[in-house]
Amino acid sequence: MPLVKNGRITTDLFVHVAEGAELPGDGAVLISAARFLEDPEAILKRAGKTGVIWPNSRAVDDLVPYLDRLAAVALVFPTFRDGRAYSQARLLRERHGYDGELRATGQVLRDQFVFMSRAGFDAFEVKKDADAEAFAETVKRYSVFYQPTGDGRVTALNRRMQLRHSESAGQ
Amino acid sequence: MYAYDELDRTLINERVSEFRDQVKRRLSGELTEDEFKMLRLQNGVYLQLHAYMFRVAIPYGTLSSKQLRRLAHVARRYDRGYGHFTTRQNIQFNWIKLAELPDALAELAEVGIHAMQTSGNNMRNVTSDQWAGVAPGEVEDPRIWSEILRQHTTLHPEFSFLPRKFKIAITASEHDRAAIKIHDIGLRLHKNADGETGFEVLVGGGLGRTPFIAKTIKPFVHGRDILSYVEAILRVYNQYGRRDNIYKARIKILVHELGIEKFAREVDEEWRQMGHSALTLDHSVIEEVRSRFSYPAYEKLPHMPDELKQAAHDPLFERWRKNSVAPHKVQGYSIVTLSLKPVGGPPGDATADQMDAIADLADKYSFGEIRVGHEQNLALPHVAKRDLPQLWKALDRLGLATPNVNLVTDIIACPGLDYCSLANARSIPIAQELTRRFANHDTADMIGRLHINISGCINACGHHHVGHIGILGVEKNGEEFYQITIGGRADENAQMGVLIGPAVPYAEVADVIEDIVEAYLALRDRPEELFVDTVKRLGVEPFKERVYATR
Repeated sequence: MPLVKNGRITTDLFVHVAEGAELPGDGAVLISAARFLEDPEAILKRAGKTGVIWPNSRAVDDLVPYLDRLAAVALVFPTFRDGRAYSQARLLRERHGYDGELRATGQVLRDQFVFMSRAGFDAFEVKKDADAEAFAETVKRYSVFYQPTGDGRVTALNRRMQLRHSESAGQ
Repeated sequence: MYAYDELDRTLINERVSEFRDQVKRRLSGELTEDEFKMLRLQNGVYLQLHAYMFRVAIPYGTLSSKQLRRLAHVARRYDRGYGHFTTRQNIQFNWIKLAELPDALAELAEVGIHAMQTSGNNMRNVTSDQWAGVAPGEVEDPRIWSEILRQHTTLHPEFSFLPRKFKIAITASEHDRAAIKIHDIGLRLHKNADGETGFEVLVGGGLGRTPFIAKTIKPFVHGRDILSYVEAILRVYNQYGRRDNIYKARIKILVHELGIEKFAREVDEEWRQMGHSALTLDHSVIEEVRSRFSYPAYEKLPHMPDELKQAAHDPLFERWRKNSVAPHKVQGYSIVTLSLKPVGGPPGDATADQMDAIADLADKYSFGEIRVGHEQNLALPHVAKRDLPQLWKALDRLGLATPNVNLVTDIIACPGLDYCSLANARSIPIAQELTRRFANHDTADMIGRLHINISGCINACGHHHVGHIGILGVEKNGEEFYQITIGGRADENAQMGVLIGPAVPYAEVADVIEDIVEAYLALRDRPEELFVDTVKRLGVEPFKERVYATR
């Protein structure tokens, strides 16, 4: 499954550690929420970055105390129809100020890239190679946005207001 | 009318180009049907019994004559020459080809029409009072708020994959023509004690297999906070709404399972944490949207012009006028309802030729504006009273002057088994038969306001639960049967109808409805007592007795 980060297909530096498997002494790891919460302090003391895979059925509140020490949070789309992770992403970015890697995993298709990037995702484990290759053109599909989100894009309402001000200033 | 600007047009065009690519990938096999299904639904494309069905949005029910002509063109060029107006301010085309859909969408986009989110598990087309902006006594034009919500809910990056579909309706009048109590969120615009404009917010209404009347979650939310409050509701629903069972995924089930108090606390907590957010609408933003609605340059006209006085001698004109013409907030003008319920016709259908002709009449008599209501009728919202006789003659020639608005033959019906892959029974032939039974206008007039609603299955697209008489098609051993409810209503006093007894076979439905109506005529305590009020006074028993005593 190709990983798109910063708009490019890239090598995944995180090692997915299976349930029950021993954690490597160093290097970046991606582990389950359950495993992380068993002993978060011990895991965070390891040499190497920590990323947590957070299920979409659990409030992100439990993750909040550790956010500033996490290198990645992976949110899950068990099917592309299940949109709970969009809310989780916005809460992590906009309410809790999380600024590390926010990764979309599971059923991730090109048709969701715009929604995901607007909700705050910056890394995508894309299901199909062709979709990953089409990332750059697909994510730019829209130039007009109606809703304000943490991505900072200027909304249509605000662009109209700016337009109006510049028109009246020019008169 | 609301004028789309360059930004709105750009977004619609970007959507068309995205969908063109999605259709191409589906046709090449790059997308599986399962993957494509969600994408086509988000663009209003269903796979029905015989063909693809294409549902186009008419936000808050307002159309320009230019837009209606384009819909006529799509009906003619891409379909079989007609369209079907639905209970949610949409128009559906039943015989569209998938490969041609992107072209049809592109042609609609040229006049600012789209099909975004007319289906799928996202926020659907925002609906409102079809008399918005012209109804006497409304608080203000609810379409300003409908448009703000339309924009906000279009391609929302957080709520495009909700547990289920989500419907918002807005009214600003005391008499609710938008049926807000049977929507996921109902908004009632009103002024508080300080004269500020805001909304009573209702939540959790809906029909289908588990019908609920919406409950008030907050009596007053200030206009500037309406987006953040709606967003708080949606965020709670997105996180906690059930996804294990599509029949239990609507917000009405979440509200019911938690109880409105607990649900309201969750929403309030979310809203509090959102704080003063980017969603707060400042005054200038609201005024910017308001400024893009234009209103006709009305003339100063007499209340009772000579043309109307003369025409009043014609009993046929008078019958139509009394039935189809409603008061307007501007003196000398009227709101005219065009019945899409001719005797023997499928409710809500209009041919391409009719649509073109209505567009011409709108240009001539209604400042180029047309409205679509949830009763599946159209309206011309700004007709000078002096023009009513001429307009009536023109409508009559087009078969659009049936004087049955709100009467027993003004039937709301879903497409049923003739088109729909979900249906268990036919709806349209039942409606057609009933319009023939009650074709006599004097009888219909004597019966008075009586709403019959027909659904071909439990999904309730014909809103049968809230019909004064509701007819629900069910299937028993391969045959079509119909459950009859009475006493429902969809207005400000909305309530569900009550079942009168065992389902009856297809062939007996019209007889049963006649029995119910006859019972009402015998039971009402005065001619002004409406059917639904008689049912309220007496309950279902006397009707049940009349229907089943001889069966």
